Amino acid sequence: MSATVITITSGKGGVGKTTATANLGVGLAMLGQRVVTIDADIGLRNLDVVMGLENRIVYDLVDVVEGHCRLRQALIRDKRLVELYLLPAAQTRDKTAVSPGQMVRLCNQLRPDFDFILVDSPAGIEQGYHNAVAPADQVIIITTPEVSAVRDADRIVGLVEAEEKRSPTLIINRLNPDMVRRGQMLSTEDVVEVLALSLLGIVPEDKHIIVSTNRGTPVALDGRTAAGQAFRNIAGRLLGQDIPLMPLRSSSGVLDRLSRLIRGS
Amino acid sequence: MGFLDRLLGRREPTSREIAKERLQLVLVHDRVRMSPALLDKMKDELITVISRYVEIDADDVEVTFSQSKRQSRLVADIPVVGPAHRPTPRRATTKARAGSNG
Repeated sequence: MSATVITITSGKGGVGKTTATANLGVGLAMLGQRVVTIDADIGLRNLDVVMGLENRIVYDLVDVVEGHCRLRQALIRDKRLVELYLLPAAQTRDKTAVSPGQMVRLCNQLRPDFDFILVDSPAGIEQGYHNAVAPADQVIIITTPEVSAVRDADRIVGLVEAEEKRSPTLIINRLNPDMVRRGQMLSTEDVVEVLALSLLGIVPEDKHIIVSTNRGTPVALDGRTAAGQAFRNIAGRLLGQDIPLMPLRSSSGVLDRLSRLIRGS
Repeated sequence: MGFLDRLLGRREPTSREIAKERLQLVLVHDRVRMSPALLDKMKDELITVISRYVEIDADDVEVTFSQSKRQSRLVADIPVVGPAHRPTPRRATTKARAGSNG
């Protein structure tokens, strides 16, 4: 068996690449998959804090590439899931410390021992992006329903196609069903139509994301949250499971108001 | 058409509709890497060339990019108002073509 390498990218910064990488890693590991997440954002590492593993870093990706340690030594095992690992980015170097060829070789070294390798791409379309996409078997583009994010996502689609990779799939993040209904936000259908990509999943806007990032516990660990459930569903789809899109509940729905009342938030 | 409705003052477009419209327009030009200004320049040149062969209504020419999935298509809608011109520099070939168009 050899791992599938999936790169999560977006073009625009701040749309949820790192959060998605962490949560898909968690979701896949919860489904019994052996997963390693790689932070390819060298110089601006963050996947470690989102996964809550920042205190365990000894070596990083650049140390591996430069031969300062063995690959196994740099992998950090997750606190909660035994089959989930993180390969952190270097914090004191920049994107030029690694080449696309080195990323391909690194992933090839990891392939025999894992089922999924998830690469968290940096924002932008420069070398960091190329490093992240070079080893990918599949590319996931994540966007929010905003004009700027969708435009940048479209640029990435063009770049991925130019590399003769198979067509990327799409995650729409931070969708607010109430705003869509009021005509204040691009809908799923709008974004899918404009980008002409196949939709992998929708993640509703959810305050739990901030709270879970505060704590370093990815939201997918808790299936009761809307975003957590959405990420779990996407993980299932990556395994080929046929999971329908979640019905997007309005946050002002009776059920939600009731549950908020009970939880007192 | 939504655009017509708006012209007739039926209702204000929502910001969602505005976003989609703006996005589609900006992506058309991003994808072919041709700015609206360059497209205008090309349109002017097209009008010049085509006018050598056939009389057209230059004010009513529409040259746009259409999108189907991610495939771009250059669409020119050019109203012909008169018959083909006969006297052109390269007579033999242009005459035959202009004849078939007019």
